[in-house]
Formats: sequence, C-alpha cells, structure tokens
Amino acid sequence: MLSSVSILIVDDEESVRDSLYNWFIDDGYQVDCAENAKQALTILESKNYDIILADIKMPGMDGLEMHQRIKSLNNDSIVIIMTAFASVSTAVQALKDGAYDYITKPFDPDDLSHLIRNAASQISLKAENEALRDKVVTLENVENIIGSSKAMLKVLKEVEKVAQSNSPVIITGESGTGKELVAKAIHSNSHRKFFPLVSVHCGALTESLLESELFGHEKGAFTGAMFNRKGRFEMADGGTIFLDEIATISLKMQIELLRVLQTKTFIRVGGNKEITSDFRVICATNKDLMQMVEMGAFREDLYYRLNVVNITVPPLRERNDDIPLLVEHFIDKYCTSMSRDTIPINPRAMKQLKESYFPGNVRELENIIERAIVIGNDKEICVKDLPYQKETISSSIESLEDLEKTHLLQILNKYNWNISRSAKALKIDRVTLYNKIKKYKLKTSN
Amino acid sequence: MNKQSILLISHGNFEKVFLEKIAKDISHEFLYPVYLEESSIDISDFYDPMRRQYDGNRLLIEINSFTSPGFTKKVGLFRVDLFIPILTYIFGQATFKGSSGLASLYRLRNEQYGMPKDDIVLLNRFKKVIIHELGHTLGLIHCHIPSCVMRSSTYVEDIDQKSHNLCINCRTKIGMV
Repeated sequence: MLSSVSILIVDDEESVRDSLYNWFIDDGYQVDCAENAKQALTILESKNYDIILADIKMPGMDGLEMHQRIKSLNNDSIVIIMTAFASVSTAVQALKDGAYDYITKPFDPDDLSHLIRNAASQISLKAENEALRDKVVTLENVENIIGSSKAMLKVLKEVEKVAQSNSPVIITGESGTGKELVAKAIHSNSHRKFFPLVSVHCGALTESLLESELFGHEKGAFTGAMFNRKGRFEMADGGTIFLDEIATISLKMQIELLRVLQTKTFIRVGGNKEITSDFRVICATNKDLMQMVEMGAFREDLYYRLNVVNITVPPLRERNDDIPLLVEHFIDKYCTSMSRDTIPINPRAMKQLKESYFPGNVRELENIIERAIVIGNDKEICVKDLPYQKETISSSIESLEDLEKTHLLQILNKYNWNISRSAKALKIDRVTLYNKIKKYKLKTSN
Repeated sequence: MNKQSILLISHGNFEKVFLEKIAKDISHEFLYPVYLEESSIDISDFYDPMRRQYDGNRLLIEINSFTSPGFTKKVGLFRVDLFIPILTYIFGQATFKGSSGLASLYRLRNEQYGMPKDDIVLLNRFKKVIIHELGHTLGLIHCHIPSCVMRSSTYVEDIDQKSHNLCINCRTKIGMV
C-alpha cells in the first residue's frame, strides 16, 4: 500500500525538502518537492497527490493561503501543515480550515512516521468507502428495472429525465409492477443519491402511527413514547422520501402533508420546535388519484402539489415481450441467493409463462419463478414446476378444445403422468384419458 | 574496481577491535570487502549551537565528497548526536541509491537511557544501523518484515528487535540471491 501513496513536500528550505524527501523515499513513498506555494499549485494542476506536506511560513504565499487554494482546486489531498513551535496557533487555524493535521518542526521521527501512516490508512479507507458507495449505487440503479419493451424504455427515459430535477413525482401503476424500483432508480440517479432514500408504506400504518412515523415525536408525546424519535421527513434530509400507497392517507394527514411540502418544515408530535428538512418527495399509488379528487377522497391542492411529474409503470400484460428477460433475471437472482448454479427454463414452460395472465404483475411472476426453483429438479424449470391454477390459464385460450388440452396437461404434469391418478382426478376412465392424450398429441415435458 | 567495496570512515575515538568486528560482520552480510579508515576532518564545523547537535545533512555531503578511489560505498561513523532539520535526532542516514551514508552510536548507548553500559548491545545496534544505511545506498527501502534489518527503527528498542540480516526479499532486490 505504501508505494502507491504519493506525497508532495512544499517548503522553501532546501535542507527540509531534502531531508523529508530522503525520509519518505526510504519508506517507499512516491515523493515530489516544491520550493514554494506557487510552484506547488502549478504542479497540482496537472498531478494529484495523496498527501501534501506544506510549511506554514513561506515567502509569497503562506501554507494557509496555499491550503485554501488547494481546496478551491477541488483537490481532495490530505494536507498536513508543518510549523515552527512559535506558530502553533496558526496551525490550529489551518486545522479549523480543514487541514488533516499539523506537525511541529523538528519532528520526532516516530511522530512523523505515525502521522504519515495514519494519513495513508485514511486514504485507503476513503478509497474503500468510495468503492462500496459505487457498489451500493449500482445495486439501486436502473439496471434493476428489467425490460426492453417500448413501454419500459419509455419509463426509463422518464426516470432519467426527472432524476436530475427536484420536482415531486407520482408513480402510478398496478400492484406488483415495480413502482418502488422506479422510485429507487430516480433517487440513485439524482444528485441526492449519497443521502438516504427513506420509504414509508402509508397503507400499513394507522393515522396516528403515520403521523409519528413521518414527523417523529418527543419523549412523552403519547403513551409509549419513551424517547425522542426522528421522523421520516427528518431522516430524509438531503435525500428522498418515498411515500408508497399515498392514496390511503386520511384527509387530516393530507393537510399535514401539504403543509410540509409547501414549507419543508414540520414539528415533531408533542414538540414545539420547528424542524427544517431538505427532501424530495416521490409517491406511488395503484389508484386513480384524479378520480379520488373528483370523489372528494383526495385533496385537489395536494394532488397538484404532488403531481408535477407522473410516471406510469405499465402492467405486465402490456409488456409480454419482457417476460423472458424478467424470467432470466429472477432465475439468476434466486439461484444466486440459494447458492445454486443458474438453471435454464424449459421452452414449453417459458411459452406457458408468456401466454399467461398475471394479475399480480411482475411480483407474481417473481414468486412463480422462486417457487419453481425451490420445488424444481435443479436442472431446469419445467411446466410442472409452474403453479398453474385455473385463473392463470392463458388468456389467449378461446376454444374448448384448447382449454381441455391445457387442463389435461396440467393434471398429467401434476401427477407425474401417472395415468390412473390423473384419470381419477379428471373423473374419467383410463381409456378415455389415453384417447385424449393421443388426440391432443400430449407428451411429458421430461 | 568492478566489485562493490565498502569503506568505513571513523570520526572520533573508536576502539580498533570494535571497528574490526563491525567491518567483519558487514563484510559477511554483503559479501563485499570492508575497509577501515580514520578521518581527520574537524566536525566542530558541523555543530549547530541552537540544537546542540551535529548536522547530519552537511556531514553526509562531506562524506560524499571524501575522495576514496576504488570504494563504491562510504559510511561515516560518529560518536556525536546527529540531527537533520526536520527531525529531532537520527541514528543514521544515507543517500538512496547513492554512495554515502553515516551512522552515530551516540543515541545507541544504553547510558543515554539511564541503563548500564553494555558494549555487546552497543556493537549490535551500531552494526544494524550501518547495514541498514548501506541497504539504502543499494536502493533498498524500509521493509515491513519485523526481523529484517531494513525495517524502520525510530527507537533503540526497535533496533534491538530486528536482526542484523537482510530478509530474503531485500536480498533478492539487490541481487544477492
């Protein structure tokens, strides 16, 4: 690690520069020297250093001013100020201005080694932190929204567009279409991505609980409020708050919410101090809010406040082309989480899925794939692994013959092509079943 | 002279036997011939009255300018307290990939730390500092292996903990394996 750390020494005394240079070279660091602040700033315009060791007293421009200039270059080097004993107070000022540390000349050899080692370990931690942060961002990125259909590409384009703004967004769509994923994608592509995305499932909370959840509460505000607690709006400071199932909140909460959205200030339940929070609001609903406004169940002013941008996530039936991609994604996801090798899906099973109707949308498809992997044979996903019930029978089936054929196949698969058991379940005799198998040219999927 | 050879230049009163033992061990470590010579320079010119120490940087320049035909490495040996401008003290220093180094036994003495005199300990510490500085002249940087003589030492206890040998990695780096 040491050899990758670069140091720039800035001191007008040649003997100091040479001594430090030799000291750091012996330790295996990459070292360069500058004899004054101006020269250092010129070097910094073309090259970055991990650590800058600068003397506080130099002719022309002192170490403090140079530090300010380095900061304005948006340089994230660690700056260590070297000072004579008499100028410690100035060094303290440098610390207040953001310098990493200061060291008094002449240094104890051990102090210098420790200081540089600590700075080097901070650099390494910072690099690690950035790598992890990138990883987290990748996890929440649009890549998690699977689909190449026209309808989904339109959604992704809208996400890209609205992410850069601070405007409120309403995401509409049926249950299970992936509204929360869209909200995550908006957040992780916005400038707020390094601050929290706080989700609140409004439908899961009663009015009083939701109030305390959103605004927080002071100790003793109500029975059970043993401690002060931050609300979700406070937690989302700098980031985004995602209010799922917004249509379920009461009219009283709608007034409260409108006030918070207008002022970005609120008071904790049982408190008297006004709290300010900078958040972006994204809501989701599977209801027609406009219709609710007309019926008087949703405040019109709140609707217009929230409905600056509207993104509609299409139901799965409107993007059947995405089913193969989604299936592959979920197979990959669940095989990985179950520490199994990724398995393929049998073409017939895939055809079955493509022809099916999913009232629960992507969530239902995901559950079907997870179940198939759990109960399947570990080699491939077959038709018999799919939990087809009558209501999920393909909407494309129109003739009675097709319906009979599909049902026969389901029952045969269910009983592993055991003719006697299948015939018993179908309440027909074995010969009739054989005839029907022959008639429809039914074959086992295995 | 094609082969490396080392000259140890002593300043001040050193016992001949003491220096010969050091020369022998250094020769054994690097497999180069090691020679001894006494210096006649007046080191009082290098004394800094403000710090009450001797300037290691200027002494290193002096040793570097010391005419010694045929010797590829020169190490000045001192009995006085050495400093460089940025550090409160040094045990020794050398020019990285250069030809000169210096070492002082002033801060290696047990008496400096209120402990009884111990010539064997002193010999071992001095030997390690000289080998360490010679390692720098050969292009070796500080080594993280605890027993390697190239490990950085800021206190005498650190010197005592390491051996007077180069580790296999350092030996490989300078082509001794």
